Amino acid sequence: MAEDSVKLLGYWASPYSLKVKWALKLKGIQYQYVEEDLKNKSPMLLQYNPVYKKIPVLVHDDKPLAESLIILEYIDEVWKQNPLLPIDPHERAKARFWAKFADDKCVPALVAAFSKKGEEQERAVKEARENLKILESGLEGKRFFGGETIGFVDIAAGWIGCWAQMTEEIIGIKLIDAETMPLLDSWFQDFLEIPLIKECMPPQDKLLEHCKESHKKF
Amino acid sequence: MAEEVLVFGAWGSPFSRRVEMALKLKGIEYKYIEEDLTNKSPSLLKYNPVHKKIPVLVHNGKPVAESLVILEYIDETWKDHPILPKDPYERANARFWAKFIDEKCLSAIFKACWGEHYEHEKAEKEHEKAVKEVSELLQFLENELKEKRYFGGETVGLLDIAANIIGYWLGVFEEASGAELLTREKFPKLCNWANEFVCVTAIKENLPARDKLIAYLRNRFGAGNASK
Repeated sequence: MAEDSVKLLGYWASPYSLKVKWALKLKGIQYQYVEEDLKNKSPMLLQYNPVYKKIPVLVHDDKPLAESLIILEYIDEVWKQNPLLPIDPHERAKARFWAKFADDKCVPALVAAFSKKGEEQERAVKEARENLKILESGLEGKRFFGGETIGFVDIAAGWIGCWAQMTEEIIGIKLIDAETMPLLDSWFQDFLEIPLIKECMPPQDKLLEHCKESHKKF
Repeated sequence: MAEEVLVFGAWGSPFSRRVEMALKLKGIEYKYIEEDLTNKSPSLLKYNPVHKKIPVLVHNGKPVAESLVILEYIDETWKDHPILPKDPYERANARFWAKFIDEKCLSAIFKACWGEHYEHEKAEKEHEKAVKEVSELLQFLENELKEKRYFGGETVGLLDIAANIIGYWLGVFEEASGAELLTREKFPKLCNWANEFVCVTAIKENLPARDKLIAYLRNRFGAGNASK
């Protein structure tokens, strides 16, 4: 398929647009990448995502799609190679469940741990750790959520390992504990070591700087 | 092989009703278990240890939680009367709007009906703001409906089922709280859709009694922001 038929509007430091990049790379899909300035959103972005005005937006044959998990499912349905979701309906339901759990429960707690102070931060850290522990149970002892190879949940939530590490460095509090969450810890490490995953990551030093800058605002 | 389908739900919950609506549409037999949410059963806690919430669908002993995840499971398991279209873009679109309803609409509607109570001078302004927000959100859905009979086209689909909150519960919230949100002047298409939606057999049979729901809401949340 011609490169111009697939376009991704993203932001270099956003894990949400990173997820989509990973999926496109995994399936070998050529696309045009458009970097958005989030402080000065393009008319194109506002036109393509009038509801949320956010990246990522995937545009395929001029038809826009927003919301990263919805984009991942779309990519999986259109391009059948290297499937993200398993075939069995119950396994698919579990994958959707855990991807949603990571987004709805793990991420907000991590964001709160990053942005709050004092007691609020303590509560957020506790909640983040609890939810990460629960996420670990979703692995069911496997190497990746997808089994021996990465799948939907790995792409949807694997980025958390990297961002959580940066948060730990900035706030000085441990979030992912190798002792209490050994499987989760190995999963994050194994995931981030995969070549195609590593290749798409933004430069770590630049990312850390960016997160430190964001932290100053709080 | 005998198939066992269980649904753990709560009579007034639009979320567990969604699951029942989908099963009814597809003609799937199931056993319904009413949960007392103030005293959750060991079974519910066993089947949904993560969230401890309804609805949960248990199919041959295997549980599925989260209503939209359950709807997709139902559609993938029982292929008759599909609730998602075949085209990937249309499927993504239905999922997008279903997520929109759950993540944006419900909380905005609640706020407009029973939001935080402010001191008198602020109350009216805050209420106006909340109503305006709901209006903007409903406008998106009004536009999405276009000239279709249902969100799913000629037949009820996943988005219609997910929009049960808009199609029935919203009207009940309005009556219970006195708020006016889904007006015919502003949202003629959505109002027409709601009327059609609640007439569909599989839907109609799964709506909680209006009076009972109003009484419950008033008891739980009070008379509402818009009540004078």
